[in-house]
Amino acid sequence: MATKEVKVYSTPTCPWCKKVKQWLDANKIVYTDFNVAQDKVARDEMIKKSSQTAVPTIIIDGEIVVGFNEPVLKEKLGIK
Amino acid sequence: MTAAVYAARKRLGAVLISKDIGGQPMWTGRIENYMGYQYIEGFELMSKFEEQMKQFPLEQKIGPQAVSLGRIGSGFEVETDGGEKYQAKAVIVASGKRPRTLNVPGEEQFKGKGVTYCSVCDGPVFAGQKVAVIGGGNAALEAIDDMVKIAERVYVVSVTPFTGDQVLVERVQVAKNLTEFMEHEVLSISGDRLVNGIEIRDLKTGEKKKLDLSGIFVEIGLNPNSDLVKGLTTLNEQGEIVVNCRNETDVPGLFAAGDVTNVPEKQIVISAGEGAKAALQAHKYLQRL
Repeated sequence: MATKEVKVYSTPTCPWCKKVKQWLDANKIVYTDFNVAQDKVARDEMIKKSSQTAVPTIIIDGEIVVGFNEPVLKEKLGIK
Repeated sequence: MTAAVYAARKRLGAVLISKDIGGQPMWTGRIENYMGYQYIEGFELMSKFEEQMKQFPLEQKIGPQAVSLGRIGSGFEVETDGGEKYQAKAVIVASGKRPRTLNVPGEEQFKGKGVTYCSVCDGPVFAGQKVAVIGGGNAALEAIDDMVKIAERVYVVSVTPFTGDQVLVERVQVAKNLTEFMEHEVLSISGDRLVNGIEIRDLKTGEKKKLDLSGIFVEIGLNPNSDLVKGLTTLNEQGEIVVNCRNETDVPGLFAAGDVTNVPEKQIVISAGEGAKAALQAHKYLQRL
């Protein structure tokens, strides 16, 4: 299975962002984390790509997942 | 989670069904009144709860949401949104509360597109922008306190004067970038792809006003997640499940605990205690069968 590109757009204060990153770490998924509270370019990119403003936003090979939705993340990442 | 731990320790053969782990405390940044921790974040405390729960033999179904609960003989059947069915002799409902919505035009359309119910999560996304906080209680005041530090301007719109703690009111009112619209109501939310404004009305004069902004934080309280048992057991005027001091509803074998019930004071420490009580009562009920 080819490795998927995973981007996480998060804020430092958001509990579900921490939960998502903890879950990705536990499943040994490599991802890039963007702190949209400080990184304005990443913030605008997140809004442009996902057409919404909520965090965490996870983009998996271009597919957008908003929030910590374990069944959907598993499906997109091919985790059983 | 406390009910699950107590049920597991009593070897009740319990199944925990929940769309997520953590519930409302996950939306709470700072916790200073849960005993044993002088200061802990909601996420961290819930991680500790989860870790502790995993020490006990318990079947966990996390992800599916229970959508219906009915009687089968003297027991119950729970169905999830995925169509899975579970039968049980006793059920504990500990489904908590969810943010109350404004129910105005545009709110549903712009949910997550500028309208948010979690200022602790999404607040920093609106740094340098104009935002409105809707509400006048403690949750609204905390959202204002966070946002005046990072937003260009913060409007507060509330149907009442501030009702939260005076210490918080005084703290936010010194901010130069706060504009108050007290005793005003929100009429509608507008936008294109994302939110770009709201229309409000002065409740005293009837005067309408439009505010240009990009973020709206709705902090007007919570509604109980009691739809599951509507029609099965008694709810009070607020939609909370009515229980007695033993966490029993008026349906034998159906127990409830925490913020979804009519128990006064919604606190993590209280909900945890209520969860423990409900599981112990369920154990006694099962022993009597």
